[in-house]
Amino acid sequence: MKILVAVKRVIDHNVKVRVKADGSGVELANVKMAMNPFDEIAVEEAVRLKEAGKATEVVAVSIGEATAQDTLRSAMAIGADRAILIQKPAEIALEPLDIARLLQQVVSQEQPDLILLGKQAIDDDCNQTGQMLAALLGCAQATFASHIIVEGEKLQVTREIDGGLETLSMGLPAIVTTDLRLNEPRYATLPNIMKAKKKPLDIIDISTLNFSPLGQVKIVNVTEPKKRSGQCTMLNDAATLVTELQAKEVI
Amino acid sequence: MSQLSVLVVVEHDNQTIKSSTYNSITAAREIIAQGGSLHVLVAGSQVAAVAQSAASILGVEKVITIDAEPLKNALAESMTSAVVAVAQGYSHIIFPATTFGKNIAPRVAATLGVSQISDIIQVVDAQTFVRPIYAGNALATVQNNGNQVVITVRSSAFSGTTATQSPVVIEPVSVTQLTQLSELTSQSLTQMSRAELSSAKVVISGGRGLSSGENFALLETIADKLGAAVGASRAAVDAGYVPNDYQVGQTGKIVAPDLYIAVGISGAIQHIAGMKESKVIVAINSDPEAPIFQVADYGIVGDLFEILPEFDKALA
Repeated sequence: MKILVAVKRVIDHNVKVRVKADGSGVELANVKMAMNPFDEIAVEEAVRLKEAGKATEVVAVSIGEATAQDTLRSAMAIGADRAILIQKPAEIALEPLDIARLLQQVVSQEQPDLILLGKQAIDDDCNQTGQMLAALLGCAQATFASHIIVEGEKLQVTREIDGGLETLSMGLPAIVTTDLRLNEPRYATLPNIMKAKKKPLDIIDISTLNFSPLGQVKIVNVTEPKKRSGQCTMLNDAATLVTELQAKEVI
Repeated sequence: MSQLSVLVVVEHDNQTIKSSTYNSITAAREIIAQGGSLHVLVAGSQVAAVAQSAASILGVEKVITIDAEPLKNALAESMTSAVVAVAQGYSHIIFPATTFGKNIAPRVAATLGVSQISDIIQVVDAQTFVRPIYAGNALATVQNNGNQVVITVRSSAFSGTTATQSPVVIEPVSVTQLTQLSELTSQSLTQMSRAELSSAKVVISGGRGLSSGENFALLETIADKLGAAVGASRAAVDAGYVPNDYQVGQTGKIVAPDLYIAVGISGAIQHIAGMKESKVIVAINSDPEAPIFQVADYGIVGDLFEILPEFDKALA
């Protein structure tokens, strides 16, 4: 079984983001970037399936600027065998459906049996790409996965849903998007980081593909959210708290 | 752009409508504030009762039902075929931003070849919406330039309409081609005797500071007195104290109750993203430097195992 994993380079999840003064977006210059945490979980799961003898090859794919090569090298340091970058200039803005359409082209080249993605990217918080790719490919989807079992040509996926958990069974090829509790991604060791530098990374320039962005949704501006008062009234005991909350009429 | 027409996809369990649907209908009514029609779709199995309730929600002009056994478990593939079968002609197709809506909406959008705008918190006008990005640390105003768009609505940002009207027409539609690529093999739902987390007026959440699952009983006693829902931080869920669906945060549920009480929760960015729109926030934590105090309105620094019983007693 061949597994394709899609990864995205985003602002590191520990960084406190700053909105640009002109409202055009958030400040990305000189900010620490990293692999989207949900994508790390996806890569880890793919590598575990390979280690368990269920998968034969793990291919990581990313769409972005040349800097996304770092993210692909990280995926290969975790254990992906090779990587593909669809490289685009910074000025081309892509929506999730554009990304899904580009991934569809990679899928038709690579013919993977299983495609893993994170459930959402922590920058745009969209939670769309996996489901959109599943629609374009006409294959089954299992979103918010917290447990995956591969049995021959069948996949059993436990999903985190609002009221609890549910388990789906589906044939291959299929799309699975990962939730936090699927696994604990490993740290890449130094020898593996060195090895990853030698693994193959194909770069495809977006201009060579038959593709034009949808351009349906435009960002008008980005602003800071309304600040809370920032005034925390410190109280000494619970009895005073109850009095205060009753005065505010919230209990 | 032509006449606005909005289709809201109803979330239900084949018996009753989930509260998230009512919040989505409020957002839909704001989209057509300057004129337009509002229809709802009830797709499922044996959904007559759900359709009847939907027909009485104020503002709904027509209920479309698609009643078929393969739709019973609301799986993404068959639900997408159902929605797409009736989607033509609607300018906006709206889902709640719950696991139900997030699972199906993007598949519908891609099948229709249109964009999706996720998790809107404000309607600026019929084509312009505000949505949080970067775990709520920035707000993006986005504009739709297409003829059709799929939208998911953050429930906590829109009030749930409860007003009713005399029932409107229910129009059954038969869809013969329902894609079935997956099947549900099992389901384990958490037994909740308390208020539902995403719609509760009061939420009391515990974090790693609770030290064990048993200690959540301290929160439950108080929750019962306040009619509150019980939530948790990711740390408490990862430590196995409570099930996953208790989690409040960027990757769990987004809540905006009148009162949010955070007990033993430090206040990581991802947790704050899920509760910072609460009207009043109370933090109980032993660490005076915990970031949770930066968003709290009231704080008590101290041992939660002493403060919680006192709190409970003061409520009596």
